[in-house]
Parts: sequence; structure tokens; C-alpha cells
Amino acid sequence: MESDIILRVNGREWPLRVDTRTTLLDALRERLGVTSPKKGCDHGQCGACTVLLDGRRINGCLVLAVACDGSEVVTAEGLGTDGELHPVQQAFVDHDGFQCGYCTPGQVCSAVGMLEEVAAGWPSAAGRPVADTPVLDDAEIRERMSGNLCRCGAYANIVTAVRAAKEVSR
Amino acid sequence: MNPFDYRRAEDAAGAVATVAADPRAMFLGGGTNLVDHLKLGIVDPDLLVDVTRLLPDGVEPLPDGGVRIGAGMRNSDLAADPLIRRRYPVLSQALLSGASGQLRNAATTGGNLLQRTRCVYFQDVTMACNKRRPGSGCSAFGGYTRYHAILGASEHCIATHPSDMAVALSALDATVVVQGTDGERRVAMTELHRLPGDAPERDTVLRHGDLITAVELPDLPFAARSRYRKVRDRASYAFALVSVAAAVDLSDGVIREARIALGGVAHKPWRATRAEAELRGARPTEETLRAAAEAELAEARPVEGNEFKPTLARNTLVATLRDLVEEERTR
Repeated sequence: MESDIILRVNGREWPLRVDTRTTLLDALRERLGVTSPKKGCDHGQCGACTVLLDGRRINGCLVLAVACDGSEVVTAEGLGTDGELHPVQQAFVDHDGFQCGYCTPGQVCSAVGMLEEVAAGWPSAAGRPVADTPVLDDAEIRERMSGNLCRCGAYANIVTAVRAAKEVSR
Repeated sequence: MNPFDYRRAEDAAGAVATVAADPRAMFLGGGTNLVDHLKLGIVDPDLLVDVTRLLPDGVEPLPDGGVRIGAGMRNSDLAADPLIRRRYPVLSQALLSGASGQLRNAATTGGNLLQRTRCVYFQDVTMACNKRRPGSGCSAFGGYTRYHAILGASEHCIATHPSDMAVALSALDATVVVQGTDGERRVAMTELHRLPGDAPERDTVLRHGDLITAVELPDLPFAARSRYRKVRDRASYAFALVSVAAAVDLSDGVIREARIALGGVAHKPWRATRAEAELRGARPTEETLRAAAEAELAEARPVEGNEFKPTLARNTLVATLRDLVEEERTR
């Protein structure tokens, strides 16, 4: 069964007819050629498909495209502006926050969404009392980024990159 | 995956009528569990009724001092709500200890309650499972049982309920507001989920077509100092081997009231009424806390592969209570 939807992806509007079974991840990759969100596990366990949906980080593999009708989607391609990398992307380059790069677009989108969450004062399970205002130390970065796996094990530099990106965005 | 129709519901009554009338229709919330189940072939609906835009998605104070949480509220928003963080920190902590930032941004309160077990045999359609295919048998016995039940299980099913949030809600004496074809009714959180018995295919007491619209928390001042402690195989982003949600009302060196629930040990959030009874009116010595934990786990029945869980549950329960008592003393 098919359904007509409109997705706004990286600032551009796409009218689409999708099979209702299509996930947002598959619609982006297979229909729109937006291939930075990666299909890792396809079960919401690895975070490689992370995109920003209406400004919030989510797993593109676990949301149906049809349920995103009218929504704004930003992927790693859409983060920078006119040849300039987003500060989080630049930090990943500067601090070597990847090895093979497969998880990187998801890591970057996740970090962008996560830094917004910290700026909004959202707590985490890293150990500080939940009523307190969060302070983004390394333990917090690790906890908040735990939904993004890196099979190369580049975590040490990912933490450094995210820390650096936070300081740039201050 | 078989084809299905998708409809965005406009109002709760209409959504309930639509799903109730079609045995193969299902509600769709955030989709973090259901979309996975579609892929795995665990469910095969002919219609998904999307309820995310019609359900309330905020926290509002109630006249009696409690709060009402909209069933459409995303887990991350609920965990970050200032009122919840201040008055029911155990709920924030439980939510934040579950899943990942991405999943919490999508998952709803109602969907979190209705998520299904992560038993590996339930999720593998090639294996026998009484919960997925009644009467087919249980593959967990003699299998991988690390995440399986030690309390209230049956010979038909030893699956556990995976939610952290539900454990906190159980300890907090929450009430679930349900819209059915006959109108609205209220179900105690502790009564929402079932023990497996001989019908493990039924996770809850809800009927097909029932829609959770809200969850209410009672006014519980001592819950302002409450805790969720979760023990798992990884430091983050893993289900509980054992978890404890607890709040203790301590004054003049005596425990007036305690609210305790365990996760990762049963087919439902396990309200620890025996431990609560042991603690009521007692002085919070190490011996008292341990006796309370012993009483709660007295009837634990581990299976091959999870023999460690009764001890882990006892120790986690004692450690959580000890932390709370210490926090009260140094306040």
C-alpha cells in the first residue's frame, strides 16, 4: 500500500509516494539518494542511521517514512553551509574522531542533537542528580553518546571531538 | 513484511473504534519497538493507526497534588521535565537509564509501557515461543536465560518485562488511564502487566483496541528523594539484569513508608510488597535492610543460567535502600 507524503530534507522539499513499509532511512537512501545516514544494524541498536527529525536526533531505521509526513529532516550532508563544515564535523576531522567512517555521519548528527539537549538542560544517567543543571564532562559525553557504536573503536577521539565541538559552540 | 495500511488518527475515540473493529489493526506510537517487530516478523498487522499526534504530550499538575503525564509524551521530554526531576527523580533516572538518546526522543510513555520482552527466543521467529505462538513451547529453558525471570514465572514463559520506566511507575503507585470502546477507565500500574501463567501471550490486562491516554502519579512527597539503580552488562545502553526503584519515608530514625519495585526479574515490574512490609516502622539498620531484601527474594526460582540473579537482586535492593537512608540522614 502506498501513501503520498512530503519530506523536507536538508532544506529541500520532496513530495514522495512511499510504500507504507518504507522506513525513513530507506526513503532517504533509496529514494532520495541521501546516503550519509548508514544502515548498520537496521534495528535501532547501532546509531549509524541517526538523523535529526524536526530538530531531534532519532534512529532513521525505526521510524516509518509515512509517519514523517510534513517533517523536517537534517542529515550529515545538511549540517554544514556553503562548503563550510559544521563545527561538530570540523571537530571530528581535527581530532581524528573516526577510522573507517561508516558510523561517522550518525555520530555527528547524534552529537549535534546531544549538544542541543545539554543546552536545553536535559539530565542524563551519568550520575549527577537529575534535578541539577548538566555539565558536559567526558563521562556525560560517553553516556549521552552511547546510542552510537563504533566498531573501529575510535571512541577516545570521538569523545575528544565532541568535547572540542562543545567548546567551539560556546 | 506484509503490506499494511497506515492512518493518522484524529481523535482517541475514533482511533479506539478503528482498532477495536479490526483484529489485525494496531496502534503506532514512536515505533521504536513496533517497527522492529514488523521487520522481525513478530507482528503482521493489516492497519497501523498512528496515535502520536492525538495523545496529550505534557505533564500537568492535578488538583489533588499528583501529576498527569500524557501518553504521547516522549521518554526524553518526560525525563527532562522539571516537575518530574524535582518531585519524582526515580522516574527521570529510570527513563534515562533506558535505551539511547535517539530512542528516548522517539519512544512514548504509552508505548514504553506496552513494549514487549527482549527475550531472544521471542524475537526469533524460527524458535518456539509460547508468548509469540501459544502452545509452541518455551525455548528459553536450557537456553540463554541471563535476562530471564526469577519471580512469578511459569513453566510456559520466563520472559521479563524490559521497561525501566514501568518499574519506577510501579513503585510510585501510578495509575494508567485507558480509553476503550466503553469509554475511559483507570488501571493501577501494578495491575496493568500480568504474570505469564498459562497465557504468556498476554502481557497486560488491556483488551484489543484499548488505548493508554495518560499515566497519573499520586502526590508522594517522600518520592522527592527516590532512586533507580540498574545493574547491567554494559555501563550504558543495555537492558537490566536487575534494577531497583525505591523511595523511603524516613523520620525520627524510623522508616514510615517504603515504595520499592524490581525490574529484570519478572514478567511484570515486580512491586516488592514483602520488603515494604518488613521496612514499615523499622529502624533502617543494615540488618533490617537485608532482612527486607531476603523476604522479597525468598521465593525466587532461578533457572539454569541465571542462578546469580537472586543474590544480585538482594544486594542491589540493599544498596539502593542504603543510599536512600544515607541521603536522608545527611539532608
